[in-house]
Amino acid sequence: MSLQKPLMRGLLAKRLRFHVPIAFALSMLTAVGWKYGVTEPRKQAYAEFYKHYDATKEFTAMREAGIFESVRPKGE
Amino acid sequence: MLATRALRLLGKRAISTSVCVRGGHGVAKIEAYTLPAYFDRRENPLPDICYVQDLSAEQASLKEKEQGSWAALSNEEKVGLYRISFKQSFAEMGEATAEWKSVIGGVLFVVGFTGLIVVWQRKYVYGPVPHTFDPEWKAKELQRMLDMRMNPVEGLAAKWDSENKQWKK
Repeated sequence: MSLQKPLMRGLLAKRLRFHVPIAFALSMLTAVGWKYGVTEPRKQAYAEFYKHYDATKEFTAMREAGIFESVRPKGE
Repeated sequence: MLATRALRLLGKRAISTSVCVRGGHGVAKIEAYTLPAYFDRRENPLPDICYVQDLSAEQASLKEKEQGSWAALSNEEKVGLYRISFKQSFAEMGEATAEWKSVIGGVLFVVGFTGLIVVWQRKYVYGPVPHTFDPEWKAKELQRMLDMRMNPVEGLAAKWDSENKQWKK
């Protein structure tokens, strides 16, 4: 009839021992995944873009399209 | 126990108040919600009142037996006494119920109904959208965005092939 005495102490420690390693692992996984999945490709994309970037050509194209207010297309 | 004590006090006062009635009113009727209530709560293990207030003959005799030595009580009698004072044990309190199904069902139903209201509102309440949503205007907007090279590295203009004037494959 008599029940086993329930756990009275160390409840938080027990929970932390279980959950903190999991939290740490997931955080590290997220960080590493983000670095190699997002930031590295982004840096590559920017490097590629500026490798053969001709600012003057782009500016002329934009000017001819007529989007600037300070310089109008050559014809006008 | 507190309730019975309060009622007994009030009984005495009722006799005297019926003689000297104040302002045309007697003693206020005691509402059920003002009396101590029974709750099965983990954080409040000993509720204010016993679960069973009106004891049957069997339960009354059990209570009499409780006055004597507790070692003389059998296990069933001890459980019987427990059930007089409490509705659910701690183990029963913690059991999972099927309430979540009703909750999810109710939520989905209300969301669906809200959807109907939104559709009706779009048709019967709102006026026409601004002219800037016309397809021609939107096309001109897109052309302008491409002309000014919006997000040329990873975004919109990056996907546009400006030499061939088409989207990149």
